[in-house]
Amino acid sequence: MAAIINELREENPWARAWRRLKRRKGAMVALAVVVLLILMAVFAPWVAPYDPTATSFTSVRKPPTWLHWFGTDEVGRDVLSRVIFGARASLSAGLVSVSIAIGAGVPLGLLAGYAGGWIDAVLSRIVDAMLAIPFLILAIALSAFLGPSLSNAMIAIGVTATPVFVRLTRGQTLGAKVEDYVEAARAVGNPHWRIALRHVLPNIVPPLLVQASLAIAGAIIAEAALSFLGLGQQPPAPSWGSMLNSAQRFIAQAPWMAFWPGFAIFCSVLSFNLLGDGLRDALDPRHK
Amino acid sequence: MLAFLTRRLLQIIPTIILVSMLIFGLQQLLPGDPALIMAGEERDPSVLAEIRHQYRLDQPVPVQYVYWVKGVLAGNLGESMRLKASVGDLVKEKLPVTLQLATMALLIALGIGIPAGIISAVKKETGWDYAANLFALWGLSTPNFWLGILLIFLFSVTLGWLPASGYVQLSENWKDSLATTIMPAFVLGNALAAVLMRHTRSAMLQAMGTDYVRTARAKGLAEGRVVLKHALRNAMTPVITLLALEFGTLLSGAVLTEQIFSIPGFGKLIVDSVFNRDYAVVQGVVLVTSSLYITLNLLADIAYVLVNPRLRG
Repeated sequence: MAAIINELREENPWARAWRRLKRRKGAMVALAVVVLLILMAVFAPWVAPYDPTATSFTSVRKPPTWLHWFGTDEVGRDVLSRVIFGARASLSAGLVSVSIAIGAGVPLGLLAGYAGGWIDAVLSRIVDAMLAIPFLILAIALSAFLGPSLSNAMIAIGVTATPVFVRLTRGQTLGAKVEDYVEAARAVGNPHWRIALRHVLPNIVPPLLVQASLAIAGAIIAEAALSFLGLGQQPPAPSWGSMLNSAQRFIAQAPWMAFWPGFAIFCSVLSFNLLGDGLRDALDPRHK
Repeated sequence: MLAFLTRRLLQIIPTIILVSMLIFGLQQLLPGDPALIMAGEERDPSVLAEIRHQYRLDQPVPVQYVYWVKGVLAGNLGESMRLKASVGDLVKEKLPVTLQLATMALLIALGIGIPAGIISAVKKETGWDYAANLFALWGLSTPNFWLGILLIFLFSVTLGWLPASGYVQLSENWKDSLATTIMPAFVLGNALAAVLMRHTRSAMLQAMGTDYVRTARAKGLAEGRVVLKHALRNAMTPVITLLALEFGTLLSGAVLTEQIFSIPGFGKLIVDSVFNRDYAVVQGVVLVTSSLYITLNLLADIAYVLVNPRLRG
């Protein structure tokens, strides 16, 4: 018994979280799908059977066959190849926009929570104001004013997702800064920036990680929505959202054009959601 | 209660001021000279100067902001360059359409989400619970524009039961109105139903473990009565607050849903305005949406305090 207790005591918290995550089948399948999607996006030129932008007017809107597993679109492009290459736009939008949101939101939240006073009051009111504008409407308005392109869509989604990270980091910092280890760090004369970065930040990483996974799922849907509306990835470059936009016009004649890109969005969003749920359970110290 | 109301009302004032600054600030993101964009093909310097003067673009940004706020407070949200109509009139015309859609979506979400949440909590860790959780995962992960297209394929193209697009006003013909809005409302309500199911489940599980539920059972009350009268009543309070918070999601979702089903509501107005560079309309619609959202949150807070006497302080 003592040996087990000692072993548990010495186990690295990340190793413990990984051990708990491995027990959750749903989260592990989701992680496998995420890894597969990333590999598919990175190695798209080698994995895709055709050039995603190559048109062929002899094979317009052909249903799935052995030559074209997912069929072809309105100008004869291979849908499978476009879905594979589309993963690049969706995943990079998810990763880049969430990185923007974390890069801006975490330092601001840390500052608000740690400094308190008027800095906290001002930052909190700005966050309230941003959260008062519905997510997609703010992202649409920002992309509209910045101009339609994938990079502007990423910036718009990133900026729109920032307040959630500010609020979460602030709340976690408020809780962490009254802990004994922070008091101890202060008592030995550490400067404030060092306490915030070396003692508070590492202890609030778990909830941020969970939020990041869920935010990537949200960002993938948001990018697809913006591309669907014509505000994200511009044609002929493939994106799941823009593929759905053109598929909508041919739903009666070529339903496969709409099914596969939507299914790809569904699978990736579901995987990030499941992974986020699994991480929440694995990283929560109250959850055994 | 009065002190709470005053405090809460005072709190939303800086939020509304900041929202208005953000929305006004969007205009500053536009690359280039806004007068050039407004002038279109026209490049005559005297015309450009006239536009700059008319829209006060020749004044410093803070002064422009003050004029804009003054206009908004007087009920003037600006003028649509494309439709040559006041933004206020456009909002009045389109808002009821979106509100009808959002209300139907809310009813569908309540009709699915709450019973599913109750069953899932009462029959915890059974097939019912797993099915309800699967439904929630499906709802949270399905992009509503994809679901919309799939439903059009099934109910309009294949079965021919419902129109694929268009809108009939409720006052004109209620049957046709329902036929044109039932699919978009389901698409819109689907994700909300999933969120409601999850929250109802967790609130019900918490309520089912409380002393008053144990007491009700000990008194020998029927299980149905214990669940519906004792547990559900108390579990519903956080769910009501959630509904107000999720209203913003419904409005966001309406943008895409209206686009797919060609419904001439608020969402379609904002998208059409974005593509026609009708920025006054974009600003007006975002401002009205945010104000609605802030007001609903305030009402939800008040409702929360009213049903929970311990918070009245």
